[in-house]
Amino acid sequence: MLEAIPGRVRSGFPSGIAEKRTVRATPRFREKGKCPHLSGLLALFWVAMLVTSPSQAAEVKTAVLRIDRVVGPPISRLDAPPADLGFAGAMLGNEDNRTTGAFTGMDYTVTTQAVAPEEAGAALDGLKAEGIGLIAVIAEGDILKELSEKAGPGVLLFNAGARDDGLRDADCLANVLHVSPSRSMLSDSIVQFLMWKKWPRILLIHGSHPEDRLLAESYRKSAAKFGAKIVEEREFVDTGGSRRTDTGHVMVQKQIPVFTQEAEPYDVIVAADEAGVFAPYLPYHSWDPRPIAGSAGLRPVSWHPAHEAWGATQFQRRFEKLTGRYMREEDYQAWLAMRVIGEAVTRSGKADPATVRAYALSKDFELAAFKGQKLTFRTWNGQLRQPVLLTEGRVTVSVSPQDGYLHQHSPLDTLGIDAPETACQAFGG
Amino acid sequence: MLKSAMALLPAVLMPAVLMFAGSAEANKVFVSNERGNNVTVLDSQSWKVIATFPAGNRPRGITISPDGKELYVCASDDDTVRVFDPETYKELHTLPSGPDPELFALAPSGNPLYIANEDDNLVTVVDVKTRQVLAEVPVGVEPEGVAVSPDAKTIINTSETTNMAHFIDAATYKIVHNVLVDQRPRYAEFTADGKKLYVSSEIGGTVSVIDVSAAEPKITRKITFEVPGVLPEWLQPVGVKATKDGSRIFVALGPANRVAVIDGETDEVLDYLLVGQRVWQMAFTPGEEFLITTNGNSNDVSIIDVKAEKVIQSVQVGEQPWGVVVAPN
Repeated sequence: MLEAIPGRVRSGFPSGIAEKRTVRATPRFREKGKCPHLSGLLALFWVAMLVTSPSQAAEVKTAVLRIDRVVGPPISRLDAPPADLGFAGAMLGNEDNRTTGAFTGMDYTVTTQAVAPEEAGAALDGLKAEGIGLIAVIAEGDILKELSEKAGPGVLLFNAGARDDGLRDADCLANVLHVSPSRSMLSDSIVQFLMWKKWPRILLIHGSHPEDRLLAESYRKSAAKFGAKIVEEREFVDTGGSRRTDTGHVMVQKQIPVFTQEAEPYDVIVAADEAGVFAPYLPYHSWDPRPIAGSAGLRPVSWHPAHEAWGATQFQRRFEKLTGRYMREEDYQAWLAMRVIGEAVTRSGKADPATVRAYALSKDFELAAFKGQKLTFRTWNGQLRQPVLLTEGRVTVSVSPQDGYLHQHSPLDTLGIDAPETACQAFGG
Repeated sequence: MLKSAMALLPAVLMPAVLMFAGSAEANKVFVSNERGNNVTVLDSQSWKVIATFPAGNRPRGITISPDGKELYVCASDDDTVRVFDPETYKELHTLPSGPDPELFALAPSGNPLYIANEDDNLVTVVDVKTRQVLAEVPVGVEPEGVAVSPDAKTIINTSETTNMAHFIDAATYKIVHNVLVDQRPRYAEFTADGKKLYVSSEIGGTVSVIDVSAAEPKITRKITFEVPGVLPEWLQPVGVKATKDGSRIFVALGPANRVAVIDGETDEVLDYLLVGQRVWQMAFTPGEEFLITTNGNSNDVSIIDVKAEKVIQSVQVGEQPWGVVVAPN
């Protein structure tokens, strides 16, 4: 169906040189070429457009910039990222916008580009030079921060990757809206569920990488926030051992029980392993028979391909028809970025970054995104409020916020940094 | 079946039967069960389940011909509309529906059928007699609700991700107006006089009242909902039904497990009726004595006495009831 999109991916299997690609007409429309009714159908389509839209469509240019750090393969080959990670979600969002745009006289394009970290700045300059001012970025936090500085106030970035709370707090950036949930939203989602289950005693196992420590700190804060108790912490040090070898499972079966034995009494293991070094080895191997949550077992995610509630089935199907694969979190987040742009443009009638930002942060903005309630932005730090799915891999186990976690404004604000505690200044807060 | 049985009753018993029945005749009520892959048949006098029959994969939208001889069911996962005999429950034939048909509406005359194809951004127009596709009309993303104006001249389609009510000319199949409404529009319902159109927005939490009496349709009001003790996020309007005299509008509020009763004159909410869980679609009995609601999560239907505006009964049906239609007299 869709041609593979060249670009370097975070898989350790670079699939080619960085290449830019702009999509206007979508692969799905091309697919319709097989349909015998095509000419009639298209004729109707254009007639409909003539009736309802101005003759000259205004162009809304968007982009997705993905910064790929070359890392080793994931523990499970099922998690290896596809070459069009994130881009495919943006293409679906762009197609959704284009369909709506046909009725409102707006034309949408999306340019996708994947580059190495050292090329990030040049890639951003290139997009700016093409007059693209609405850009979704899938990158780590430090790179996003650099891009934000380089982009300046004339460009609006959508963070569709980085989880860092700092970027939503003291280090928040006026020209960045976050469609990706933060670490604290994810850790709050898990801890709320554990408290609902009455599993308050946590054995926290974290990795040795900086992002693992940030995630562990997020779990500590969540535990304090909701009254859970971290009874003990252990660090799984990444010694650079083999992630996947022929005999790996033999070693794992011996090492993990030893690593987890003689812990203080606990109800559940929470794994903080953003670097992806050990967490998938924990289930079934812990010394005590206990459930695992966090980076393995029950995972908090912005999206999952098994999710079906709230009309998600048809959304999943549209994505799978377009791409031939399941939707990942980065795809959902890039789709969100495109749909935020689409809603702001449709409702405000303008496509400049300043108007899109102002509309997204206004109280008129709302977005239906297959999560059972409207998504809106936190005006104090530009974070998109959203329910978080909890999945064990095959089904949606639960969705946070959990019942009973009330809030004076929105139960969604029980997840992540709330207005009274924010240190963000860039949003006039 | 029941109707014919009644006709055979000795004449001497008839007055007693009629007195007992009031003005309501016994009609068959057909409920599509989305996960049960079947249709439950109820009797509108006894409210007992009288039959269950298989209806294909993921039956959702359900309607019946004005003469009561053909029952249409959107078998969404079969990409077809299945046509059943409402007496024998045998499948008569299928109609080409386009992919993933979800909801549809029949022209007042009984032909053609306008079908929303959720996965393909199309409204498919099908001649139910010749079983031919007359047209495919490209609409917004995730078309769902379909309504036909009482004069049969305009077809409305709501698109859930584009957030519009599309006005399609029934003669030319061209879109003549697009009205932007709140997030995730699910259902459209005309008043019988054809002057007002109600469009529910599930995620937006509102019902847009659109004045369609002028040349340009215009939103005159957005009805909002508020129930003490229910989170605003759960007040999600889905199905909408208007009484023929336009005096009452009923709105199913999904996970709020309530049906809102609205004054058709002022468009003010008068009351909320507690029904089963995740209330979805609704149908009146022909004389509008009763309104039946499908409750997807409690696997039952609630029966509302329309005049009293009270829920009188709930009846267990199949797995995840979705749509409902009542056979005409």
